[in-house]
Amino acid sequence: MTVVFERTTGLTEVETHYCPGCTHGIIHRLVAEVLVELDILDDTIGVCPVGCSVLAYKYFNCDMQQAAHGRAPAVATGAKRVHPDKFVFTYQGDGDLASIGTAEIVHAAHRGEKISTIFVNNAIYGMTGGQMAPTTLIGQKATTAPYGRDEETMGMPLRMSEMLATIDGAKFVERVSVDTPANIRKAKRAIKKCFQVQLEGKGFGIVEVLSTCPTNWGLTPVESLKWLKENMIPYYPLGNFKSPEEVE
Amino acid sequence: MEKVLMKGNEAVCAAAIAAGCKYFFGYPITPQNEIPEYMARELPKVGGTFIQAESEVAAINMVYGAAGAGARVMTSSSSPGVALKQEGISYCAGAELPAVIVNMMRGGPGLGSIQPSQTDYFQATRGGGNGDYKTLVLAPADVQELVDLTIEGFDKADYYRNPVMILGDGFIGQMMEPVVFKDRSDVELPEKPWATSGTKGERKPNIINSLYLGAEELEEHNIHLQAKYAEMAKNEVKVESFGLEDAELVIAAYGTTSRICKTAISKLEKEGYKVGLIRPISLWPYPFNEFEKINDDCKGVLTVEMNTGQMTDDVQIALNGRMPSYFYGRTGGMAPTPEEIVNKVKEILGGDR
Amino acid sequence: MAQKGRTTFKEDICKGCGLCVSVCPVKIIALEEIEINRKGYHPAGIKEMEKCIACQNCALICPDLVITVEKL
Repeated sequence: MTVVFERTTGLTEVETHYCPGCTHGIIHRLVAEVLVELDILDDTIGVCPVGCSVLAYKYFNCDMQQAAHGRAPAVATGAKRVHPDKFVFTYQGDGDLASIGTAEIVHAAHRGEKISTIFVNNAIYGMTGGQMAPTTLIGQKATTAPYGRDEETMGMPLRMSEMLATIDGAKFVERVSVDTPANIRKAKRAIKKCFQVQLEGKGFGIVEVLSTCPTNWGLTPVESLKWLKENMIPYYPLGNFKSPEEVE
Repeated sequence: MEKVLMKGNEAVCAAAIAAGCKYFFGYPITPQNEIPEYMARELPKVGGTFIQAESEVAAINMVYGAAGAGARVMTSSSSPGVALKQEGISYCAGAELPAVIVNMMRGGPGLGSIQPSQTDYFQATRGGGNGDYKTLVLAPADVQELVDLTIEGFDKADYYRNPVMILGDGFIGQMMEPVVFKDRSDVELPEKPWATSGTKGERKPNIINSLYLGAEELEEHNIHLQAKYAEMAKNEVKVESFGLEDAELVIAAYGTTSRICKTAISKLEKEGYKVGLIRPISLWPYPFNEFEKINDDCKGVLTVEMNTGQMTDDVQIALNGRMPSYFYGRTGGMAPTPEEIVNKVKEILGGDR
Repeated sequence: MAQKGRTTFKEDICKGCGLCVSVCPVKIIALEEIEINRKGYHPAGIKEMEKCIACQNCALICPDLVITVEKL
C-alpha cells in the first residue's frame, strides 16, 4: 500500500480560517506542494496581502512577510533585491492586486522583478464582506453594487492577466481555475512553471487563479464551482498568455 | 580623517553608505533629488541596489521588504512625498523594522512650494501614520551633524528595531559644508535572527507582521511597543543649550533656524540682552527636561520655526505654564532673518534698551 | 468493483463543504448526517471503502487537507 496523496509539509499544521468550500485552501496547497517539489521551501520568502489571505503567513511553512494592502509586489521587490538567491513569491487577491495595488503589480512586472505572483480572483471582496471588486462580473451583485455591476457607471471587469501579458518584463502569465480536479492539476502545473521562470532568473511571473467565494456569492460550495465555470471562465478565459520558450 | 566639502543631500547618502546601507528605494521630488541621484550612482559601486520606485508608497514598502529581509535600507523624500510614505512607516513601526527615512522638508500644505520649510514637525513627531507608534526623529543643524546623525540613525534603528527619521529643513539638503567621516571600519553590523532570509531548514519560519487580530494580543503588542518607546525616550534625547541659568528670554529652535537664532542671540548680546537657546536635536524624544533648567526670572520662551507654530506645542508641554510661550515663524522658503528675531525678542522684553 | 484504494479523512478538521462529495466518480463519499465534529460541521467520510478507486479527486479538491489517499 502506497500513500499517493497526503498533507504537504509546505503548509504548517495550523487550520485555516477560510470559510467552508472556499478554494483559497486548494490554492495554498498547490503553492506549498510546488515549493516542496522544487525543493525550495527552505529558501523561500513569501509575501501575503491584505484581504482573505491576510493570515497566509500562518499557513505557509516558510519565511513570510505580511504586506500593506496592494503593496506585496513592492515588499517582495525589497526582499528579492536583498536576497537575489532566494525564491520570493506574493499571494494576492483581486482587491489587493487589481484595485489598490495596480501600480505595484504593474511596475514589478515592468521592472521584470524576479518574483512570482499568485493572483486569486474570486470576483469579490471577501474579507470585508462582499463588496464589489474590479473583477466583479457585469450584473453580479455585491454589497457596494446592490443592483448588480453596471458597465455604464462601474466599468467592465478588469482582465489583469491580459493586461500584464503586454508588459515586456512579465515572462510568464497564465490563468487557471480550481473548479474541477482536472483544472486543479493544470493549475499546479502552471504554478510550477511560473516558479521555474523565477528560479531560472528569467523575470516576473504570475498565475491568476479563478477561485470561489461561497459566502459572499450566496451559494453553496458546490454551486459556487458551477457558477465559476458558467460565469467566470467565459469572461476570464483559461490558458497561458505568455511563457518563455524554454519553459514550454 | 580628511575634511571634504559636500552638499547636504549628498552627505546624507555618503553617511548612509558609510553606515552599511546598501539599499535605497525612492521617488523623485524637489528639493531632495540629489539623494536618489547619488544613490543611483554610488550604490552599485558598493554592491548595493537602487530602485526608482513607481511611487513613494511603493518605495517605503520596498523598504519594508528589504528591512524585513535583514538589510540596512533607506528612503528619502520631501514633505508631500513623506505624507505618502506614512502607510509604510506605520507598518514598519508595527512590524518593528529598522529603516532610515530622510525628509528634506518643503513648504505646504498640499503641493505647497519647493522651498525649505519645517512644516512637517507634527507629521514627524506625532507619528504621521495610523496607530500608536513613534519614530526617532533627528533634526540636524549643519551638514556635519547630518552625517553623524544619519550614521547613528542606522545604528539606533537596528538597536530598537524601529524607523528613524532624519528631518532636514530643505536648506540642509542644499547647503555645502566641510564634513569629516569617522572611521567605522571596526564596526560590525548587528545580527538579525528575526529577518526573513529563508529558513535553510535550520529554524522555524520567521514572520514579519503588524497584524494582531486578537484584541488581547494586539494590546500586548502595543504595550511592548510603548515600553520600547519609553526606553527610547529615556536614552535618546539629544539637545544643545546655553545661557538658561541667567537668560531673560530663551529661544527654542531646531535645524537651520537654530543657526539663524544663534546669530540673533549674538547681536542681542552686544546690545545687552541675555538670551539663551534650547536646540532640540532629537525632536522625538523631545528634550522636555531641558526646559526645567531655565531660571525662574526668565520672561518666557520664544519658539522660532519655518512654519506657523508646531514645536510650540512641545514647548508649552515642557513649560507646563511656568512662563509664557511666544512664537515667531515664516513659511515655505521665507526664512526668518536675524533682524526679525531680534525685533521679536525686543518686543517681548519691552522695546529697545 | 475491486477495492483499489483507501481514503482516510481527518474528520475533526473537515468543514463539511461537500466539494469532495461532488467530485467522487464512484459516489461513495457522504457528509455525516447526524454527528458533528469539534468545529461544528457534519464531516465527510466514506461508507463503502471497497469501492474506492484511489483517483484522488476528493483530496485534490479538498480545501482543508482533510484527506489522505493510499493505493492498494
